Order: sequence, then structure tokens, then C-alpha cells
Amino acid sequence: MAESDVLLRGLEITRRWGGLLALNKVSLDLQRGTVHAVIGTNGAGKSTLINILSGEIPPSSGQVELLGQDVTSWSQPRRARAGLGRSYQRNTIYPSFTVLENCRLAAQAMVQKPWIWWSDAQRCSASMDSARASASRAGLDNLLDREAGLLSHGQKRQLEIAMCLATKPQVLLLDEPLAGMGAEETERMLTLLAELKASHAILLVEHDMDAVFRIADCITVMVNGAVIACGTPDFVRNSPEVRVAYLGEH
Amino acid sequence: MKTSKVLFVAAAFVLLALWPLMAGQYGVDLVTKIMVFVIFALSLELLVGSTGLVCFGQAAFFGIGAYATVLLTPQDGAPSLLWLLPACVLAAALYALLVGALSLRTKGVYFIMVTLAFAQMAYYVVHDTPLGGGTDGIYLMAKPVLGTLLDLDKPQAFYGFTLACLVGVFGFLTLLLRSRFGRALAGIRVNEQRMRATGFSTYPYKLAAFVISGGIAGLAGFLFAVKDGFVNPELISWHLSGEVLIMIILGGLGHLRGALIGAFAFALLQEFFKSEAIFGEFAKHWHLGLGLSIIASVALLPRGLVGVPEQVITRLRGRSGRVRDDSVVEVPHG
Repeated sequence: MAESDVLLRGLEITRRWGGLLALNKVSLDLQRGTVHAVIGTNGAGKSTLINILSGEIPPSSGQVELLGQDVTSWSQPRRARAGLGRSYQRNTIYPSFTVLENCRLAAQAMVQKPWIWWSDAQRCSASMDSARASASRAGLDNLLDREAGLLSHGQKRQLEIAMCLATKPQVLLLDEPLAGMGAEETERMLTLLAELKASHAILLVEHDMDAVFRIADCITVMVNGAVIACGTPDFVRNSPEVRVAYLGEH
Repeated sequence: MKTSKVLFVAAAFVLLALWPLMAGQYGVDLVTKIMVFVIFALSLELLVGSTGLVCFGQAAFFGIGAYATVLLTPQDGAPSLLWLLPACVLAAALYALLVGALSLRTKGVYFIMVTLAFAQMAYYVVHDTPLGGGTDGIYLMAKPVLGTLLDLDKPQAFYGFTLACLVGVFGFLTLLLRSRFGRALAGIRVNEQRMRATGFSTYPYKLAAFVISGGIAGLAGFLFAVKDGFVNPELISWHLSGEVLIMIILGGLGHLRGALIGAFAFALLQEFFKSEAIFGEFAKHWHLGLGLSIIASVALLPRGLVGVPEQVITRLRGRSGRVRDDSVVEVPHG
């Protein structure tokens, strides 16, 4: 794949929490048209990695590049506006708003203009349009007026993705989008991810191994803050290091 | 529900407009004072109820507006409203810019304490320096005028002017909270982290809300100073910051009309417990009655007075629901 299709790149990212080395020189590339899964046991540093890539916390050393630009010193909001979307492991929707308003508020990030204080936010057609489009993309067409807090768990996860899409990002960092989902909901989400893959670069942190091996084009395996293997699902499945670390085989 | 809110607010303003025709001097004076507090409460509602920033130093902006009114009024002749009012609002807003810029770097209980500390600083500036006239405060030399059009020395004219300010502030905040700016503040209240991840730099938003809030509190302070023709350090004390916080909690957080209802309820409760006609000797212990009734209202009305109709409806539905359940249970026994 061409170099220009690398949308997000982490270079030797290291993060220390006091004496604890949470991430040790982790490098990875996210390419357009691929799902790059990051797997590993609890405490392997997956969430820390997402937090650093998205700009929520700074790395102790290392570099983050977004669309070929060094964004290591950029704030999280600035990275988000430049095309980096993320979802959270826990639901972070706004429960008292409607589904549409959740998406609209997210879309508003791209057309903020807070000085237009006299005009109703609902009349901002740019954010309304992308809100409807993203909700539709995530399969929430029929629930636009539903209060978000009343959605089922799976629908809330869909809404998370819709809110992510509303800012029209090029890179998606998804932290356990399948957590707590039933079989049917999982299927629907995987179909959605497969569709989104064509136009986005997706980083997927997920514990559901069946899903990961089905959908990922590339898998990075982390143990104790370090990458122990990175490659295609077949490569990872057959890697002796992964078998030792994951399955306890010797 | 939407229409009923609009009707409530419209009816309240019509009633306020008609009040001087019905009430005597005392009544007009009392409601003028309460309307000033409504404006003050609205300023805090923007921070606490709409943005989720619990500011415990709101009296600083109120007091600075009031002190600016007195200090900027020249010794000779009445100043024009046209420059004095904006100057007082600006003074309060500037202090809010300073306080906000520093305090918004902290969160939660630290934010509360830092805003309190800044208010106490302002308090001691007027309390202990020649500038503020010390504990006794200072008198206003002359009340501002607007040419020959408006003389705020006349109680009726001042009442009208205060009501106009209140309607203006209420309308402004209603629009503001519906706008993109207001929706972003609502998002920050619910989940600031998510707002940042979506692409909102939340700090400038919060700072802007803080400055607007300070300016509105300054307007209330201006009105208070002109009404009484007198200011003292009590206007900046933390007691007042606490009182205005109680007003909006009593009324119901998250609703502009909560500030309106809360300020009226608080002031009227105060009048009630202070009344010697009702309580006789006991009236001098009015703090006790007021305190107990506030404790009771917080315990019984978790969503404030604004939530009462909804609470009553839920209670009624709940009761009818239980009746149905009982009948189901009783069938097998029968």
C-alpha cells in the first residue's frame, strides 16, 4: 500500500507513570482502507495508546503523525478537528439529549461559530445535515427523536460511532465498540465497521477475539506496554511469541 | 410542556409589569429588589445550571458592579446612564475574566474554593482600604439619568427600568442557551472530556460563559447600588454568594425560570419569617425559619420548585398505578 495512505502514525511512543513503563517504544501505522486491531491482556497499555494517539494525554517520548503532519504537541480538540475521531470504552453519550442532538452537537465541532448567539443551534443546517447523515450511517434513522438515555446498550454503542462520524474524521480510534453487545448487535456493528473501513483508517481495541480475527487486516499484540507481534491475522495466530504470551504455551 | 413554560414566563412578566398599579410603595420597592436578585441569580444560573461550573464567588461581580457605580459617579451632577451602566458591567466582566482565566484551570471543589478566594480578595479590598469606605460603605452622590427621558430617582421609573433589564437579560440568555454556544455549554456540563474529543476547545467556552455571567452580575450590582443609593462590603461577602446559590437551587437548576422562581421564593420566605405581624417576638430569629424551610425544600424537592408540577403528576400517576396493582393482587383473594 502506498505511503500516502498512512493516515496516522505512532513512532516509538513511550509513556511512564512514575516508575511504571505503561508503553515502551510502541510504533504503528494506520492505513486508509484497513482495520488495525490492537489486542492484549488488561493493563497491556491499549487504552493508554489510544489516549496518547488522540491527544488526551501526552507521551513521555515519541511522536504522533496525523496525515503526514507531526501533531505530538497538538491539543486533543485540534487533532479532532483535523480528522481524528475516537470513541470511548464507556458510553459517553449525552443521555438527556435526543439521538439527533447528540450527533448534531458532535457535528457542530466542525462549524462552531459560538459568536452567533441569537440563532437557534437547530437552524445550523451544516451540523444538522452531517448529524442526520452520520446517524443514518450508524443505523439510527428511526430513533432520531429518542432520548439517548432510553436507547438499548447496543444502540448506545451505535450512537457512539455516529457521534464519532459526525465530525467527518478520516481516522477512527475505537475503544471496545463491541463491549457488552449481544450476538446480533455485534454482527450489525461488524458490518458497519466493514463499510466504514473503505473510507477510513480504523484502530480497533477489542477483547472479542472472534470479531478481531474476522475483521482486522492487521493485528498488533501488546504485552506489558510493548509490541510483541504485528502482522496479518494468520501471522499473529501462528506466532510463537503470541502463543506463549496469550495462551501460556511453551 | 414547552408551551406551558413560555406561558408561565410570559404571565410572570405581565404580572410584574402590572404590579406597580396594584401595589403600594412598599410592594413596589420589595419587588424591585427581588427583580435585581433575579438578574443576579440568572447570572449564576448560566454558570452552575447551564455549564456545570459551581462558582462560589458570584457576589464579587455583583459587588464590583455596585461599587463601580458609586465610585464612577462624579461629585457634581447626575451621570448619564449611557456610559455609567456599560462601565459598571465592563468592570465586573473584567474581574470575571481575571478570575475565570485562573480558576477555570482547576476543577470540582478546587474551582469552588478558588472562586471563593477571589471574592474574598475583592471583599477585603473594599473593606479595608480608603477606596471602599471601609465597613460603613459609601453613598451614591447622584442617581444616573438618561437625558430628560428617564430619571432613576423616581421609584416607578426605576421599577420599569429594572423590569426592562430583567426581560432583556432573560431574553438574551434564552437565545444564548439555544444557540450553538449554549449547546456547547450544555455538552460541557454533561461530559467535558467527550466535548474535547469531538473537537471543542472547552476552556475558551467556559471562560466566555464566566465573563458573560460576571457582566450580568455586574448589571445586577449596578441596579442594586442605584436602588439603595448606597453600597457596603456586605455586597461582596460570601454570604451573598451563598444566598444566590441557594436561590437557584431552590428554584431548580438547569432552567432559567428556576432562577426567577427561586429568587422570588427566597425573598418572600425571608419576608415571611421576618414579619412581626405573623411571628411576633420570634421574628428576630427569622434565620432559623428560613434555614429549616430551605432544608425541607431541598429534601422534598430534588429538582427545585420548577420540578413541582412534574413531581405532582408523577405522584398522581404512581398512585393510580399502585391502585391497579392492588386490584390485580386482590382478585385471587376475592
